[in-house]
Amino acid sequence: MRKRLEIFNKRKALITYITAGDPSLAATEKLIFQLEASGADIIELGIPFSDPLADGPVIQASHQRALKKDVALADVFKLVAKVRQKTQIPICFMLSFNLVLKYGLEKFYDKMKEVGVNGVIIPDLPPEETTHHNIFLVAPTSTEHRIKLIAERSAGFIYLVSVAGITGQREQLAGNLRSVIGKIRKYTDLPIAIGFGISNPKQAAEMANLADGVIVGSAIVDLIARKKYQQVEKFVRSLRVAIDADS
Amino acid sequence: MKFSGLPDKSGHFGKFGGRFVPETLMPALEELTEKYCEIRKEPEFKEELNYYLENYVGRPTPLYFAERLTKEFGGPRIYLKREDLNHTGAHKINNTIGQLLLARKMGKKRIIAETGAGQHGVATATAAALFNLECIVYMGEEDVRRQALNVYRMKLLGAKVVPVKSGSRTLKDAVNETLRDWMASSTDTFYCLGSCVGPHPYPMMVRDFQLVIGEEAKKQHLAIERKLPDYLVACVGGGSNSIGLFHPFLEDKTVKMIGVEAYGAASISNGSFGVLHGALADILQTKTGQIKTTHSISAGLDYSGVGPEHSYLREISRVEYTAVTDRQALQGFKKLSKLEGIIPALESAHAIAYLEKLAPKLTRAQSIVVCLSGRGDKDAEEIRNL
Repeated sequence: MRKRLEIFNKRKALITYITAGDPSLAATEKLIFQLEASGADIIELGIPFSDPLADGPVIQASHQRALKKDVALADVFKLVAKVRQKTQIPICFMLSFNLVLKYGLEKFYDKMKEVGVNGVIIPDLPPEETTHHNIFLVAPTSTEHRIKLIAERSAGFIYLVSVAGITGQREQLAGNLRSVIGKIRKYTDLPIAIGFGISNPKQAAEMANLADGVIVGSAIVDLIARKKYQQVEKFVRSLRVAIDADS
Repeated sequence: MKFSGLPDKSGHFGKFGGRFVPETLMPALEELTEKYCEIRKEPEFKEELNYYLENYVGRPTPLYFAERLTKEFGGPRIYLKREDLNHTGAHKINNTIGQLLLARKMGKKRIIAETGAGQHGVATATAAALFNLECIVYMGEEDVRRQALNVYRMKLLGAKVVPVKSGSRTLKDAVNETLRDWMASSTDTFYCLGSCVGPHPYPMMVRDFQLVIGEEAKKQHLAIERKLPDYLVACVGGGSNSIGLFHPFLEDKTVKMIGVEAYGAASISNGSFGVLHGALADILQTKTGQIKTTHSISAGLDYSGVGPEHSYLREISRVEYTAVTDRQALQGFKKLSKLEGIIPALESAHAIAYLEKLAPKLTRAQSIVVCLSGRGDKDAEEIRNL
């Protein structure tokens, strides 16, 4: 059994996604503290990429904004090193495999440890293509033999994708989540967090009820795109309240 | 060296290839691989495929001795593998007939495809009409504007064309968008990929459906010349016509092979190791790993990546790769039109253009087979406007 992220031992985790460098690295730094103060348990930091395959239009656009500022993986490592002087909130990276390859595979994992990045999600790197223990995705389409493989290779938590498709806000989430969670539980005690498509407190509460945590991305990124930073705080607080009330 | 065993079971050609896609697609790729490996061996499938290739596509295509082109250089005998004579005017249909026959056997009723210039889109829409399947083609908004005629052809054939507004709005983004569609739809949808790129099994499957080019050319050349050709030349974008021509000759040591890229999109000549659209290969990227946009006069070669098998063949030095400029390709385009009465696709014109470098070095006793992957009617308008 790989190590679980400890925060899951305390309460149902609220994981908030933002894209590093959107609209600037200084803004991202402020947002990290703001998200923590509003009740987030884990910060998921997206590293901007020209071709983010798993992402819908909202997050794609955030990557484009960050790339206009030439934000690269090395800059985000520096940012994390800087915020680590003030906070120990768990930070996970979400990035495309090509960025890791170009940075240097082993150098990447060494640097994560050095600056204090607590986990990594590489959506286009399935467990059969790596020997590292990442936060792997399970999808509603995953077959049982795949769930077993993913469970054996995961670290931190399991990222359960709530719908077959890309990131983005949705009214309807997949109907078979309960059965997928049952299958994951057969193979691991690692926490399960549900993400993709969760866009309001009601959905967050429902999903937190099913699993150990929820991941909210596009809904927050959409507020950032419209420069409504005050509302980010309000929105994350409302997610926190909904999750805590229901568990 | 044996080449028939590649890729390995997990889809790797040496350190290239593999399957680098979000988990949502992994089960679909496993299903596709399994079904493809099973169905391709069935005599009934082979028979059906051959029937359509012969009676619908018009195969075998001729291996034509280019008399005036040969005279022009005064050296090696030059043969053209006439893929331009296929139904729809390019080699792309060899692959789409194969894939959609497979889709039909798998019970998938909805077909999605990406297209750059529209040749693969037209070939997919054609096969979809033939087999009565729903067809959706993703095409960069920029390409929709540039290739209005092909958009209209696809619509005539009953396909829906979806303009892609993300990223650079060209082929790379059309592939992204098709993969995104497939993530949400893989249970009832078949992704008909147009080149030997993407996650396993596509590089293998597309190659297999294009092998017919090289298998025919080998037989035809042996029949005419009583020997194997000395050189094979083909253009490389993703690399499907070239892998189709090259592959059946890989174990014939005397046969030299040259893949010709477009200078502004030369993933092998100027790229580096990376992952794009689900496979490890040579890709054009910045020093921080962002995918570069490309610039070629030929929309079919205008792509930031290349098939993983080509990267492998480059690494083991079995195939040589080089690049020609837009200007050189245009000269090849005009030369073939005037000398042989064959207007080549701009893609194929890159292979023709390379003859300027290669032919003068060879003797009259030698021969070259060039893959004329498509006809150039589609490009005439754009060249006229230059």
